[in-house]
Amino acid sequence: MTQEIHIEQFDNGLMLLAEPMPWLESAAFTFLVPAGCSRDPRGRSGLAGFTCEMVQRGAGTRDSRQFIEDLEMLGVDGSASVSNAHTSFSGAMPAENLEETLSIYADVVLRPHLDEEEFEDSRLVCLQEVRALEDDFAQKVMLELRRRRYPDPYGRSSQGTEESLHAIEMDDIRRFFPAFYQPRGFILGVAGKLDWPRLRQRVAQLFGGWRPAPPPEIIETPITGGYHHIPHETSQTHIGVAYPSVSYADEDYFQARGAVGILSDGMSSRLFTEIREKRGLCYSVYASCHSLQDRGSVVCYAGTTTDRAQETLDVLLHELVRLSSGIEPDELHRLKARIKSVLIMQQESSMSRSGAIASDWYFLRRARTLEEIGRIVDGLTQDSINRYLASHPPQDFTVVTLGDKQLETALAVP
Amino acid sequence: MQFRDHRLPNGLEIIAECNPDAYSAAIGFFVNTGSRDENPELAGVSHFLEHMAFKGTPTRTAADVNRELDEIGSHANAFTSEEQTVYYAAVLPEWQGRAVDILSDILRPSLRDDDFELEKQVILEEIAKYDDQPPFGAGEKCMAMHFGSHPLGQSVLGTADSVGALTPALMREYFERRYSPANIALVAAGNVDFDALVADARQRCGDWPCLPVQRNMAPVSASLGFEVISRATAAQQYVVQIADGPAIEDKDRYAGRLLATILGDESGSRFFWELVDTGLAECASITPYEFQRAGVFMTFLCCAPEDTEQNLERMYDILHEAERHGVTDAELTRAKSKVCSQVVLQGERPSNRLFSVGGSWIARREYRTVRDAVESYRAVTVAQIHELIRQYSLTRCTTVAVGPLPDLNPGRFAPPRT
Repeated sequence: MTQEIHIEQFDNGLMLLAEPMPWLESAAFTFLVPAGCSRDPRGRSGLAGFTCEMVQRGAGTRDSRQFIEDLEMLGVDGSASVSNAHTSFSGAMPAENLEETLSIYADVVLRPHLDEEEFEDSRLVCLQEVRALEDDFAQKVMLELRRRRYPDPYGRSSQGTEESLHAIEMDDIRRFFPAFYQPRGFILGVAGKLDWPRLRQRVAQLFGGWRPAPPPEIIETPITGGYHHIPHETSQTHIGVAYPSVSYADEDYFQARGAVGILSDGMSSRLFTEIREKRGLCYSVYASCHSLQDRGSVVCYAGTTTDRAQETLDVLLHELVRLSSGIEPDELHRLKARIKSVLIMQQESSMSRSGAIASDWYFLRRARTLEEIGRIVDGLTQDSINRYLASHPPQDFTVVTLGDKQLETALAVP
Repeated sequence: MQFRDHRLPNGLEIIAECNPDAYSAAIGFFVNTGSRDENPELAGVSHFLEHMAFKGTPTRTAADVNRELDEIGSHANAFTSEEQTVYYAAVLPEWQGRAVDILSDILRPSLRDDDFELEKQVILEEIAKYDDQPPFGAGEKCMAMHFGSHPLGQSVLGTADSVGALTPALMREYFERRYSPANIALVAAGNVDFDALVADARQRCGDWPCLPVQRNMAPVSASLGFEVISRATAAQQYVVQIADGPAIEDKDRYAGRLLATILGDESGSRFFWELVDTGLAECASITPYEFQRAGVFMTFLCCAPEDTEQNLERMYDILHEAERHGVTDAELTRAKSKVCSQVVLQGERPSNRLFSVGGSWIARREYRTVRDAVESYRAVTVAQIHELIRQYSLTRCTTVAVGPLPDLNPGRFAPPRT
């Protein structure tokens, strides 16, 4: 695994990271625009998402239809989404079309029309998403869990509410766009078959003249935490549990990630074994790391029929607490084998590498090669993870359930 | 890239697309069996059996199987469809031998009684999970109505009742009938040592008894219908429609995929511009599904209940217009570009190639490279698309709606009176 990651910071603050993968025929890009939903103003939640919808409806010389048709002709498999910190645009394509694709997306982030005629349709699209979420119980639980686990604005979801979306006006978009679609904090990750000097030059042409703006400060409110039940007539009770952990930027991150791997990576992991294999309580059960820049969480999900929900929550919490008594060497051995194959298989995907290097820069102000991650993983030991768990035992649980019946959470709420 | 194949004396076929430059290898047993091969009293047995394979063999417990698959760092799983049950693992090349060892072993499961009862609970949870999830069973209900008594109308998961009534003896009988080596292919893609693969298969699968296997290939005669299932607690209305389409053997399946892209892809299609871009619907799409000697176009709509009738009328107009006037050169060119790019990008991963190579082999005994597929798409003409849409009228379909609406006017989608 020898790799090279090129990094260039432009005068206006824009970061370009590129990882050549000459064995592939494809290339992929990830734009991280510092316009996440944590920037939605009070009473206007969903504004970042609304703006993301608007900028794709006509930009530069293209109208909404030409934008999509040109991407189709270039064979771009693209997507856009809004997270707490970023609005991101990403896509993979045959490598020869990379430069042209980047120039189309440069228009999107620099020169969108923000056409008033597209405004009401965009609002309807955002409202559809809010309504569809009402029927997605698992996602609903996990979004509510995050809202309670973090202080606002870090816990919010990007969709907004019917009420807040109705309150948004064209002027809100016109204010939001120049404030947050800007080069300071903008990260562009590119991976695949690429020519670095050419790419750097092209990106300089496309984005070099972009003017930075000072980002406003974010004001936090306190955490809600505790246990919250959402009553709903359902077949299953959907259970979400979260507890504090460290950020991806923390030097202990891989200790935390290793511990979660013991809980949830693979079919011999503890949650799968104890909850599904030994007791048959669930079809879906998992735990994963969630990271913000300066803090993190472990989030867990289990879906189970109502009369077995209490037992499921009890076993889940028991396994989380039991983790602090330590992990076994053979568990770590298996985890390392799994992580190693994930790392090597990432070399088959330009899309996953372009996203990884862009995200690395956001968290670390540098990018890790797969080789470096491989060395960190090799360095994990039973002792190092157990030491981490002793100083960071799973506790202070935030619990959200959705279903017919509220559950008892003696362990969860102190 | 090299294609290799070999057949053991008991009928087990071994095929591989070997790419010595790949970083990984993907290996799978493709069993030519699924819900199509169940009679109603066995509904759900193929899928349940797929779960039971991971519950142990004469030499491995369930915990051993899970542990060993993780020890080799594999990404292993299995799935069941109407016509296939596939057990697979993506591994680093050095673990090929152990992956074959574990997968071939679980293809001869013990089906122990206590494991059976425990795993039944997991299956019932899986059924409950899908019951809570959009489109709340509309897809399965629509397949059942469209295919009528034909076995393709049977649900892969089965129902809580049918799964509840299954016994280890019934499953064992089904296993013996369907898991004959003549009905299975061992498939590999990526950085594969083919000679070692054949040698391992000979040693581990060579003594599997070969029994004759057949599939019910009765022709389908679709019955059209329109049904509304009220679900007061849902926020959105979900509509699934099924029309006939090309089968997996049909040459015009490539034209079928392009047609579905032009009319109903999630982005840039006629449905998209009329219904999704305008915010009238959360989703409006068309997906083709191909089976042996049968195929369908499945249309999906999700929108606010009060907009459903009008949206269905808009969809009818789009389909009807395409039947009358076909599609344009520009639309076809864009659809080809989009679909071919997806085929090439997906083909970069051995774990994706495994499913294309294996699926094609067990359905058609045919190996096609990524380039073959791209050329087939490139060769489709506007005239062929128009011919296809006349042959498979998408407006002649079965409709199932699930959501808060107690009733829904079928409008022009009303099935003809019989």
